[in-house]
This record gives sequence, structure tokens and C-alpha cells, in this order.
Amino acid sequence: MAERSDVRRPGPAPAALSARDVVREYARPRTSVLRPGPVVTALRGVSFDVAPGERFGIVGESGCGKSTLLRILAGLDRPTSGSVLVDGTNISRLPERRLRFLRQRLQLVFQDPMSSLDPRMRVRDIVAEPLMAQGIPARRERVAQLLEAVGLPADAADRYPHQFSGGQRQRISIARALAPSPGILVADEPVSALDVSVRAQVLNVVMDLVEELSLTLVFVSHDLSVVRRVCDRVAVMHDGQVVETGTTDDVYDNPRHPYTQRLVAAVPTLAKALAGVSAADLAGAMRSGKDEP
Amino acid sequence: MTGVPQQPSPGERLAAQDVLAVRDLRVSVRGTTLVDRVDLVIGKGERVGLIGESGSGKSLTALAVMGLLPEDVEMSGSVHLAGVDHDLAGASEAQLSRVRGRQVAMVFQEPMTALNPTMRVGDQVAEAMLIHGTRPDRRAAREAAVELLEQVRLPSPRSAARSYPHQLSGGQRQRVVLALALANDPALLVCDEPTTALDVTVQALVLDLIVRGVAARDAALLFITHDLAVVATVCQRVLVMYGGRVVEAGPVADVFTRPRHRYTQGLLGASDLDVVDEHGRLVTIAGSVPPAGRFPAGCVFRTRCPYATQVCERTPAWSGPDLSHGFACHHPAGEADSPFAPAPQLPEGSSRG
Repeated sequence: MAERSDVRRPGPAPAALSARDVVREYARPRTSVLRPGPVVTALRGVSFDVAPGERFGIVGESGCGKSTLLRILAGLDRPTSGSVLVDGTNISRLPERRLRFLRQRLQLVFQDPMSSLDPRMRVRDIVAEPLMAQGIPARRERVAQLLEAVGLPADAADRYPHQFSGGQRQRISIARALAPSPGILVADEPVSALDVSVRAQVLNVVMDLVEELSLTLVFVSHDLSVVRRVCDRVAVMHDGQVVETGTTDDVYDNPRHPYTQRLVAAVPTLAKALAGVSAADLAGAMRSGKDEP
Repeated sequence: MTGVPQQPSPGERLAAQDVLAVRDLRVSVRGTTLVDRVDLVIGKGERVGLIGESGSGKSLTALAVMGLLPEDVEMSGSVHLAGVDHDLAGASEAQLSRVRGRQVAMVFQEPMTALNPTMRVGDQVAEAMLIHGTRPDRRAAREAAVELLEQVRLPSPRSAARSYPHQLSGGQRQRVVLALALANDPALLVCDEPTTALDVTVQALVLDLIVRGVAARDAALLFITHDLAVVATVCQRVLVMYGGRVVEAGPVADVFTRPRHRYTQGLLGASDLDVVDEHGRLVTIAGSVPPAGRFPAGCVFRTRCPYATQVCERTPAWSGPDLSHGFACHHPAGEADSPFAPAPQLPEGSSRG
């Protein structure tokens, strides 16, 4: 892990979110009666701090462990060893009934808004559900206010998820996440299922709300250019480890770890393409690293 | 004869150097027009991109070319392919199945659903050759399959040929699909979002393999994606679709550096994450793609276009030297530096919003 010296370390105030040497192993089913099943290590000691109000990106490809990490950060799964601290409280060993504060404090937005919204619930009830779960009275005005904040018409409340486009559904997910007034918003690939024009709209909504509500944002994506636009700092994950962290511009412009270098080199951009970079060049830059996936 | 290009007679719909000629393609379902007046010509060895948001008709155009439209969908127009002496539009299923996988092949977005989960991948590639009789027997086809898997850089191709799709990674599966598509050296390869489901590093490798595979066979490529950067990396020419129509076409460098249609301009703006407006916000296209059949009459983009005026209620004419280079917009962008500016139409009686 190459932590850069120029990166501002969180001050004495506790980090909003902090991972300490998080390891997660999964036992595969045994294939022999004589031996225990093989163990798959999804996370091999992940550590980072997210300062309050910071916009933190996590970049990595499928299988790098970022989804496992997110589940652990959100208290939906527990690490095999290591710990996660939210506002200085270690959540990794707390029983579920004492995680109530976390459910209010930290909210999630998932990649696929169709599978994360109940098709049989009206938008009103979807957005109000986290409030009900928290025992907060879910008033009509609160729902209307949330829908307005994400740029949906007021009459959206009476409709069902299938009546909305992908971008609008993602706005509903964001409204639902913001319902209990969380301090930390964790977004898992929130725009990768969207068209480019809608992607920009949803990113604008996320950035506006993070700014307005002074949220701490953890933004997971496989797309470095999106993370660069949204986040201040980024951690690059590969094979269950954080291989590089730094400010987004720094990591993007001057990647140090070979994996980050390959990742940056492999991304096709309009500017690169119009300057004559071909598919063979992208692949070549990729292969100059080591293992071919 | 005069200099006016002649309408080709039915017998010679395809010029010698062309691989695919789609003329006046219309696709509709129960009276709702989904694809309208699409013309598309691809030459030998040419790589052409088809871009636009979901719901703009790109995939339907590709399916129409492949003769894979669902039964209740109607199409008109003509589709001519090199090496096929009949019109693919209106051809029987028996005729189409002799062409598909032989003269034209397709790579789909999701390799897991494109492959047979109960069949070893080597056998699937071999089957494609046996069906069309391009290899004399099963043994030769199996050998050729291993060779093809090697060409798409599958590690240890001989053992990979014996594996089932679920044993391979997403990138490896997509390479198998590519090997399958290239098995009979098709004249045209159609790729529909082939790398959208893949990681960027794997995407780079697969894109390279597609370009190499096509170049090695001097085949034509029709590449569908919503990712402008990918299209610019892979293709030489591009067609921009919206609302079932081609709204702009031309060489990649032209279209992406000097877009003329306001939709192309909007797409480029929205994909550029480095540019923000005076409020520090990303540039977007207002609204979203309307559902099929709800596109406005006249210019299909006018309900989302900030430049739309009354004239846009009329369908804009195509301006440009030919159908593969030009645009259809009443208020095009970059009037001044255009090599073929139409008569200037000032936005009169502007009714913005």
C-alpha cells in the first residue's frame, strides 16, 4: 500500500469511517470428507480512513473485493479479523440490535435500481420505509421534500418503480437513502447502469446533495473517470488489497502502482482516441504489466 | 448520363466494394415506428459505429440486419449483404439461417446467455463450422476451434476448449463468443455492446481482439455501443441514432470534434466529465429518452433540444454530401466552420424550454 505523504491525514477528530486491517475469508464447501473446504480470501487486510465530509472513492474491477468491503462497511457482514469504525465506534463486533445508530447514520445506494426497489411498493412507501424502520414518523411532507431534492415531480410518490426510467429510479434510491438524514452515504456503482446523458444528471444530483447536506461520501466504481469527477481521494483495490491511495487527480495523472497504471492505461477516452490511440495500443499498455486476466 | 448518382437496379444493390447495404429500413410494432428510414452502407474492411442512448433503435437496427427481429415486429426496406444474392429483408427463416453465422455473425453483450451452458465451448465453436459445412468433418472442426480459441488468446486453448461456459471468466466467455462469430470468416461482424459487461482492463483486450479479428479477415464491422470513447477507439465512421433515426453520420474525427446535430453535441457534452458549466455542474441533456412511440413528430430530438423552435416541427432534411456523411438538424452546431453548411436558418420566434 503506497500512502502518499502529501495526503492530508485526518486530524484528531475521529474519522467518519475507518477500516483497520479488515480481512474477510469465506469457507468454500468441502470437496473431501477428510479435509476441510478450501478458504477464499476476499479481503487481505484493508485499511483506510475517510474524514468527515470527505468524498472518498474506491476503484477496482470485479472480484477485487469491493462489494465484500462495502457489505462490511455497512454492517451487513462481519470481517474475519480487523475492524470497521464509524464515528469512532467499532461496529464489527456489535450485535445487530446495537447497530441501530448505523442504519440511521450510514445509508446505501446500489447499482441496479430495478432490483433494489420493491416493484410492489409505491415510491412514497419506498422512500418512507427507512423512516418507519427507524421508528421515525414518516410524514407526507418529508417524502415530498426528499423527492423534490432529487429532482422528481411530486406526483411520483403515488407511482410504482416500473413507471420510471433508469435514471429516475436511481433518484428514488437516492431519496430513500437520504430519508433518515444519514451523515454517510455509500454509493455502489450508482451510475454504471445508466446512459451517458442520464449519468451526468444523476452525478449532479449526488454531488449537489453531498455538498448541501455536508455528507461523507463513499463512492465505489470501476470507472476511474467518474470517481475523479466526484471524489477528493481514492483507494485502488486489487485482489483484496488496497494497492494505492491518494488524491484522485494524483492517482489519475501519476499512478504509482503497476496495477493502477494498467487501469488508467486501459480506459478508453475520447481525447486519447481522437489523438490516435487504437484498441491495440490500449491492450498493449495493459499487457506491458504482468498477468493477463 | 448526368452526374446524378443512379438508383441502383434491383440486381446490383450492392456496389463491388460494399459488404452491407441497408436501404430505407423501417421497423415497427403494431403501428408504432421504432426505426425509421435508416440507410447504412459498410465497405470491405470498414469499421462503423452506431451510437445513441438506450431506446434510440441501435440494437433493433442490428437485429433487423441479422434477421433476428421478434415475430410481431414488422420491417420494410432492403438489406443486402456481400455473398448473398437475395434481399435479407423478407427472406425466409431457412434462407436467413444459411446466412447467419456464415456471411454475418454477431457478438452480444452478455456472453453467458449467448453460449449454451450444457455444451463444451470448443464444441460450440466447432458446431458453428459444421452447420455451415466450412470444415469437412468433426475432427477438422475441433482442430479449427482450438486454433480460433488460440487466436482470441484464451490461455491454454486445448484445455479451454473442453471447459463449460460457467468455468470461464466473463472476459474469457466473451472471447469464446468472438471466436464463434469469427469461425466462418464472415464478411460482416456485428457487435452489440460487446464490452459493456466487462472490466476496463478486459475491455481493452477484447476490443483489440475484435479489431484484429476483423482486420485479419478483411471483414466489415458494425459496432454498437453507447460509449463514445469506445467507438472512437474502434471505429473509423460513426452513425448517431436517436428516436429510431440516424441524426448524424460521418468520420469519427469529424463527428466527435465538430458535431453538427444538437443531439450529438449533447451526447459529447454529457460524456465529458472534465467539463462543467458556470455552476460547477456536469453538462447534461435535459429530460430522458421518451418511450417508443412517444417521440415527437418533426425533429425527434426537439422536446429535449435547447435550440428547438417552430421549424423543428417539420422533419429536418439531411444535409451533407451523402448519406454516410451529414446530419439532419434545423439549427446545427458550428455553422461557421462547417465544410458543407446548409442555408443558414436563424432561430426565429424562439420558443425555448
